[in-house]
Amino acid sequence: MNPVSLLVFDALLLLSIVGLAWASLATSDIRRGVILFMAFGLVLAVAWGRLLAPDVALAEAAIGAGLSGALLLAAAHTQPRPLPPESTNTPRNHGAVGVVLRWAVTLLCTALAGTLAWALLHVFSSTPHDMLPGAISANLAASGVSNPVTAVLLNFRAYDTLLEMAVLLTAVLGIFTLGQANPGYQPAGPVFDGLVRWLVPVLILTAGYLLWVGAHAPGGAFQAGAMLAAAGVVLRLAGRTRIGLPEGFMLRLVMAAGVGLFLLVGLTLLILGRPFLGYPQAWAGTLILMIETAAMLSIAATLVLAFLGGRPEATGVKAAANRQCEEIPRC
Amino acid sequence: MINILSAILILAGVFFYLAGSIGLLRLPDLYSRLHALTKADNLGLGLLIAGLALHSQDLLIMLKLLLIWLAVLAASATSAHLIARQAHRQEKVS
Amino acid sequence: MLTTQVLYALAGCVIVALGLRGALLHASLLQRIVAINVMGAGVFLLLIAVAYRGPGLAPDPVPHALVLTGIVVAVSATALALALARRLHAEQGDD
Repeated sequence: MNPVSLLVFDALLLLSIVGLAWASLATSDIRRGVILFMAFGLVLAVAWGRLLAPDVALAEAAIGAGLSGALLLAAAHTQPRPLPPESTNTPRNHGAVGVVLRWAVTLLCTALAGTLAWALLHVFSSTPHDMLPGAISANLAASGVSNPVTAVLLNFRAYDTLLEMAVLLTAVLGIFTLGQANPGYQPAGPVFDGLVRWLVPVLILTAGYLLWVGAHAPGGAFQAGAMLAAAGVVLRLAGRTRIGLPEGFMLRLVMAAGVGLFLLVGLTLLILGRPFLGYPQAWAGTLILMIETAAMLSIAATLVLAFLGGRPEATGVKAAANRQCEEIPRC
Repeated sequence: MINILSAILILAGVFFYLAGSIGLLRLPDLYSRLHALTKADNLGLGLLIAGLALHSQDLLIMLKLLLIWLAVLAASATSAHLIARQAHRQEKVS
Repeated sequence: MLTTQVLYALAGCVIVALGLRGALLHASLLQRIVAINVMGAGVFLLLIAVAYRGPGLAPDPVPHALVLTGIVVAVSATALALALARRLHAEQGDD
């Protein structure tokens, strides 16, 4: 591969990434900013591919650009358009203090960037320590999977992933306490409905494939969970009332399944005399697949609930009976 | 030989993308812009994928690329329809 | 010192600075949330640039795992922030 052409490609890619980031933050129209942010996420995914990080590229395209963009766009549409002048940051006469403050903050951020760059250049020019990648490739055969990123996520650093699942659970519980879900969308017309009819099964299949293939190729629980969440979001956007989320107790079970199964496996291993989450080598692959399945369901439920924006409105016979009970005081 | 053919296909795809982008920037109203974007970009993607498929010379990769093209075709057609329908409804109201 | 690494890491620094500036200066809550997401993306760019070891070698998988975790945590934090913003808007009538 010609190094000069790679350099040109890198320069163009980075220029578009930085340009998109700047443009998304420089507009006063929030909707334009969000859409530019989605484009920024997608071009960033190309950069991940260039830097030999396909797992991260999949996750960025699905979660970072897709789901984040959907969340932000749904929120941006509740803003009135156009924005009233008081809440934009278009250049206008703040007075001297306002301008000085803006310049001070800009200087501060430039200084931060400069310090970071200096520190990084210092790190890059010193001799590289290759201990960690060497240790990982030496122990990869014993980890139960052959994809190094999956091995790091679910075996070598499984504790971090457990805590991450706990963070997801906390976030969705926080969202639950803040109110009811957003009102749904109107039922889709024939074109969108036709797309949804075949897109959702394909998404579910792809999620299953990504979960399975994550053991030996780019993929894994996070990307699979994002695919399932995308199926739920698409069903929600098409105005369906049933979007694949379980209800009541089952919903709580699915939400807690990620952390729950992780803890169960860890504590069982602890009881059996092994270190916490120290899988026995013969069982490592199976345990990782089990934990990844629970994590995928949990992540999908969390992301769909995040898109819903609050406690889901209950559907079904039992819920209708409950609603009737609320209307009659003595029930 | 295959490389030259695939390069030609990729360049043709890029040309169509360029045409679609110029259409997005220069055409007067929403509907003509949607038309330019959807048609040119889908054809551009198809040519790009044909070039990449030729370059890869692996049947599985060719099939995956074809699936990608079909999925993007369906998604972009549906979203163009939704955007145009919403714009039409807002015009009728105002 | 790989040219690719340096280029991508510098771009990451610039994006972090852009995001921070946006988070501090924007008036609307939603724009600040977008700015924080952009800052997060800059940090991810830094991490993955550090993990890249050249076209021949496999990259270091630990920063990749960190960034994967980071992407998922960032989206859940964004969702919580948006729910908070929505509730704030409902209670106060502004943002």
